[in-house]
Formats: sequence, structure tokens, C-alpha cells
Amino acid sequence: MDNASTLNKGQQVRRAANPLQAEGKPPMSNEHPYPEKTVGAPFVDDPKMRMRDVDVFYGDKQAIHGVSLDIGKNEVVALIGPSGCGKSTFLRSLNRMNDTIDICRVSGSLHLEEQDLYDPKMDVVELRARVGMVFQKPNPFPKSIYDNVAYGPRLHGLANKKYDLDEIVETSLRKAGLWEEVKDRLHQPGTGLSGGQQQRLCIARTIAVSPEVVLMDEPCSALDPIATAKIEELIAELSESYTIAIVTHSMQQAARVSQRTAYFHLGHLVEMNDTDTVFTKPQHSLTEAYITGRFG
Amino acid sequence: MDTGNLLLLVVVMVAVAYYMGRQRSMALARPLGGIRHLHSLPFYYAMRAALWCAIPALVVLGLWLVFDDSFIRTLVIGGLPADQLPASESARGLLLNQINNVASGALPVDSVSPAVAAAAERLGHLRQISTMALAVAVIVVGMLGAAWGWLKISPQLRARQQVERVLQVLFMLCALIAILTTVGILMSVLFESIRFFGKISPVDFLFGLKWSPQIALRADQVASEGFFGAIPLFVGTLLISAIALIVAVPVGLMSAIYLAEYAHPKLRAFAKPALEVLAGVPTVVYGFFAALTVAPFIRNLGESMGLDVASESALAAGLVMGVMIIPFVSSLADDVITAVPQSLRDGSLGLGATQSETIKKVIIPAALPGIMGGILLAASRAIGETMIVVMAAGLSANLTVNPLEAVTTVTVQIVTLLTGDQEFDSAKTLAAFALGLMLFLTTLALNVLALRIVKKYREEYE
Ligand SMILES: Nc1ncnc2c1ncn2[C@@H]1O[C@H](COP(=O)(O)OP(=O)(O)O)[C@@H](O)[C@H]1O
Ligand SMILES: [Mg+2]
Repeated sequence: MDNASTLNKGQQVRRAANPLQAEGKPPMSNEHPYPEKTVGAPFVDDPKMRMRDVDVFYGDKQAIHGVSLDIGKNEVVALIGPSGCGKSTFLRSLNRMNDTIDICRVSGSLHLEEQDLYDPKMDVVELRARVGMVFQKPNPFPKSIYDNVAYGPRLHGLANKKYDLDEIVETSLRKAGLWEEVKDRLHQPGTGLSGGQQQRLCIARTIAVSPEVVLMDEPCSALDPIATAKIEELIAELSESYTIAIVTHSMQQAARVSQRTAYFHLGHLVEMNDTDTVFTKPQHSLTEAYITGRFG
Repeated sequence: MDTGNLLLLVVVMVAVAYYMGRQRSMALARPLGGIRHLHSLPFYYAMRAALWCAIPALVVLGLWLVFDDSFIRTLVIGGLPADQLPASESARGLLLNQINNVASGALPVDSVSPAVAAAAERLGHLRQISTMALAVAVIVVGMLGAAWGWLKISPQLRARQQVERVLQVLFMLCALIAILTTVGILMSVLFESIRFFGKISPVDFLFGLKWSPQIALRADQVASEGFFGAIPLFVGTLLISAIALIVAVPVGLMSAIYLAEYAHPKLRAFAKPALEVLAGVPTVVYGFFAALTVAPFIRNLGESMGLDVASESALAAGLVMGVMIIPFVSSLADDVITAVPQSLRDGSLGLGATQSETIKKVIIPAALPGIMGGILLAASRAIGETMIVVMAAGLSANLTVNPLEAVTTVTVQIVTLLTGDQEFDSAKTLAAFALGLMLFLTTLALNVLALRIVKKYREEYE
């Protein structure tokens, strides 16, 4: 297969180009020339979320291999990599959405500020209110636009009066850039909106509970270019108040919206660095191969 | 040769035709270099020959059996001397019966007039000839057909298309039989009902409050006038169905939620079919369970609380019927709940909802139309149910909504109206058809509604 030959070539190139690795320990396995340590700068000072040696298993199959990285405050981190490399899996372990999959096991240390996410005393309900998630396919509830946005605040008792709730709904829709389009039809079903509007509704729904971190799993992959552009704009605005981790298969998108980029390969975090650096001067041959379109 | 043997012979001929057709097509293919040079596979040539044998033979057989009897009768009657011929249609029928009986040996020959005896002999003779002729005709037609089918086989013959066409028509005929039967039943019920409404006004029937269909059977009996007000029956039906639904809807719905959302897949794989077995228990078994176990239990319980409970009560029948229809609700509800996309669950859980909040606020509302469909199907099943009610709820047509009293339902009354010796065109018997029509229309409406709801729901996520 094409992939295999690329990998082999990659291995040779890496040995020559990366003196650190050449004299260091042998790679983890002969087939997969992963660096022993993630290349680049995966850690930051005073991070919002801190992950160390994260392994994720589906049954006996390991989908994430010892990933360590930080997500800094109010930054946008992009997770890129070929499909099936475990981006979604890693993202979902950040707000314990993987708990809903019976066979899924997560180990390692994952912290939101000082709190251990997988501490038995950790309350998932509270965690998911602090770390919200936007999914690949827009998934508004078959309810009115208003009820979609009000869903989270109602669950968490964020509003005592109708007036407060109205206000939360309006601010969330405004932040999601949807207010002007839907203010006259708040009580019509959310499923009647266009794909892009639905996705912005889902973003509004997520930020209505005032999360600290927003996880987005390929939020634009089901959308047309214009709707995508709107969401990207929105992400830039949201990063002022929220910390965002976004999975994307589009490198242009990662380059446009993120400050730092993490490149995953078959469950390993190969390289993480400033977005500019990753795309202009990738340090690892696998990253280079991916961003130059040799596989993906 | 009797018809059974003849049919057997046709089967043998068809098998032979099939085999020969197959052999011939293979033989034709061999010099050409294999069966891929034939237009169709040998199977289709063989099928075509077999069909050519079977269809004409069966058509001849069928037509013969239909017309043979009346043809012979006409011949026999026509052969009687003119002065022996009775004038009226019914007298002629009687005479024919007599001739028939003599011919079959049920009546001794010397007990009838010589003309009849002669006719009987002719009848027997004609029948013999007919049977022989039939056998010959079927065999000849079948063989000719098979030979034609066999001779026509050639590499260019479009056997596949022809066989497909015939099979298509065959399937259509089968579907037609089912549809025509339904239409036929509906028509007969409709016509009898119209006759009933000729005797009893529809207003009395639909709005009458008293049901007591005992009327004089013979003109000389003291005539007690019957009352044909269907309201008590429909109230009884609705009462029992309502009790059944009160049992079945919550239990069915919650077990569906458990199965779909909480149960381990392995448990679900076992528990779902196990629940569906409930629907397969014969209703008569539920009936005696209701009559012998539940009804006395309820009565004792009621008496210990100082309540007056009839030994046959709507409650007993309703409770047991509720158990019976649980699977109708649970199975359908389980299907629609599982059909709610995972993405909606994720969306809700991702906002910090617990599993039960997700079920209550997202899944049930999303699945509601489908659940309603299941409930309506269960309701129409409850309304049409007879056996449990006959055994546990009684026959007395009380107009009451007290579940502790005996009531009766539409289906039970249909059974009682039609059992025993009745004159077929009395108002009492015809009333059964009117009740049947009403019942049919009610359950039909419920079913149509349910199917529509379910269908609409299906489209929603596509
Ligand atoms: N629910 C699951 N059960 C078992 N294996 C899964 C499940 N979800 C994902 N995987 C596996 O984990 C690996 C990573 O998948 P995923 O995180 O979805 O990749 P990505 O989002 O990068 O395309 C894949 O090999 C996939 O087959
Ligand atoms: Mg993914």
C-alpha cells in the first residue's frame, strides 16, 4: 500500500533529519516510527487542561497511546491527523463522553485546572457543564429553537425566572451569530433550520450553560463553504471567552482558526507546536508527510 | 380416476417436463460450447417447459370441476319425461336431490318412481364418463403443453423473461386472493348489516341504551320485543380496553425504556423475545387465567374491603387483557426508542444531562409519535379481543363504567348472537353483522391512524 511505503520513506528521512532521535532510544515499534516523546512544544505554562500519558482502549484495542499535551487558557487547539487516528476518541475523553461507550476505558492523568476528570468523586454532570461539546453532525433536538438553547440552562437550574431564561437564550444566540436570523421564529422547530444554522444553534446550545472549554469534533464537515466560513469566524470570536479544542480534517481550517496544532497518527501524538510552525516548519517527517498531502 | 390421483399425475408430468426441458437445453448448449451460449440458464428452460405442462392441465382441471356438476344436472333434468318435470325451481332441486341419493345408494331404488330410477342410473353413467373424460383431457392437454414447451427450446429463446413474467402474474394472483377475501368479507358484513338496518333503525342501534336481543323465534311465541341499542356494548368494550391500556401502556413503555436504554445488549437479546412470547399465548389460556384466578382474587379482595364485586368483572378481564397487550406496546416502543439517533443522546449527555433526564426530555418526546402508534395498535387489539372477555367479563349488557360490575363487549355479543340455532334472517342474527361492521370500522380507523403516525415518524430522521 501507498501508506506503508510512505512510512518507510518517512523513517529514513527522519533518521537523517532528526539528530535527537537518531542517537536516542529506538522507536516504539519497527513498523511505526513514532518519536518516543512528542516532537515540538506540547506543554504550556498554567494550562486550562493538562493531559499526561493518556491511553484509551476500546475493549482490547488501544486507540490512544500515551498522549500528553496541554490546552492553554483561551487558546484554540486544533487536533489534526488522518481519519481513524483517534482524534475524536481523545476529544471525547476530555469531557468523559466516552463513558457512554461500554467497552471504552481511559487511563492516565487528565486535569481540568486542578480537578482530576476521572476522579471517582468527579461529577460528570458538572464536568460536562464546564466542558461542553459540539458534534460533527448538527444534532439539534426535535424541539423549538428556544427550547434547544434553554435545554442546558433548565437542566442546571441556571435561570430562576422566565425573564432570565429569555436573556440567556438571546445572549447565547447572539454569541453564536444566529440571533438576527431566528429572533422571529424562536418557537419553530430547530430541525427546520439549514445545516449551518443548525450547527450554530448547537454551538449556542453549548455556550448557553457557560462552559469554560468547548470541544468541537469536525464541526464543519457536514457544512457548505459559506456556512463553514461563518463557523470559523465564530470560533475566533468565541476564543476570547472560551478555551476551544477543535478536531478538523481540513488543514486550512486548522491553520485559520487555531493557535496551536496537534498532529495525531494512529493513536500517537506525533507533534504539537504553534500552528504556524507545524504548517511551515514541521519537525517530524510524519507531520510533514501529512501536511504536504502525501497521506491522509 | 379420482381428482386426487389426477393431481398427482399432473405433478409427475410437470416433473418429467422439467427434467426433459433441462436435458434438452443442456444438450443444445453442449455443441455451442457450454450453457453460457444459451440465452437463459437451463433452469429457466426447464421451468418454462414445466409451466407449459402445468398451467394448461390445471386450467382444464379447474374449469371442468367447476362446470361439470351443473352440466350433468342439466342433462339429467332434460332427460326426464316432460310430465315428470316439476314446475318450480325448489321442487326441481328436491327432485335432483332424490335422484342424487338414489344414484349414491342412500335411497333404495324401489322406493322411487321408475322415471327417477332411470334418471339416477343416467346420472351415475354420466358421472363415470365425465371422470374418464376429465382424466383423458387433463393428460392430453398437459402432454401437449409439455411437448410444445420442450420443442420450442432453442438457444435464442428468451425463457428467463417468460418465466419471470409468469411468476410475476402468479405472485400477483396470490396477493389478489388475500385482498379479494378481505373485500368479500367486508361486503358480506355490509350487506347483512344493511338488511339488519332494514328491520331496526340505525338510530335505535347506534344510540339505544338497552341491549336485549331476545325476540320471538316463531310467530306463535309470545313476542318479547328485542332491544338493539349498541351503546352498552361499546361502553363495555371501551371500559375493558381502557383498563387494559392502563395496565399495558405504563408497563410496556417502561419495560421498553429499560430494554432500549439500560439493559445490557445480551439481556436485551434474551428479554425482548421473551416479552413477545406474551403475545403468542393463546387467548383462551389468558381467558381461564382471568376467570379462574384473577376474577376470584379480585372478588375476595373487594369483599375484604367491603366492596361489592361481581364474580365476573370488567376489572378482571381488563387486567388480564392488559398483560396480553404489553408486548404490543413494549415491542414497538422499543423499536422507536432504539431508532432515535445516537447523536441526540450525545447532544443531551454532552450538555450535562443524566441518562434519565435524556430519556425524559429528548428520547421520549422524539419517539412519541411511534410510541403513540404502538399504543393505538394495542388498543385495536384490545377492542377486538373476545376470548378473555367471554370467560371473565360475562354476558350481561349493563350500561356502567364501574369496573367491578359485569359488562359485556361487542365481540362477546357477536359470539352469543351467532351460537345456537337461529333463523338466519332474524334481526337477532343480523345484529351480529351490524356489530361486526361497527367493530371493523373502529379497529380499521385505529389501525390506519396508528400506521400513519408510525410512518410519519419513520420519515422524520431520514
Ligand atoms: N465505539 C467504538 N468502538 C470500538 N472502536 C472504536 C469506537 N470508536 C472509535 N473506535 C476506533 O478507534 C480508532 C480511533 O477512532 P476515532 O477516534 O473515531 O478516529 P478519528 O476521529 O481520528 O477519525 C479507530 O480505529 C476506530 O475504529
Ligand atoms: Mg472523528
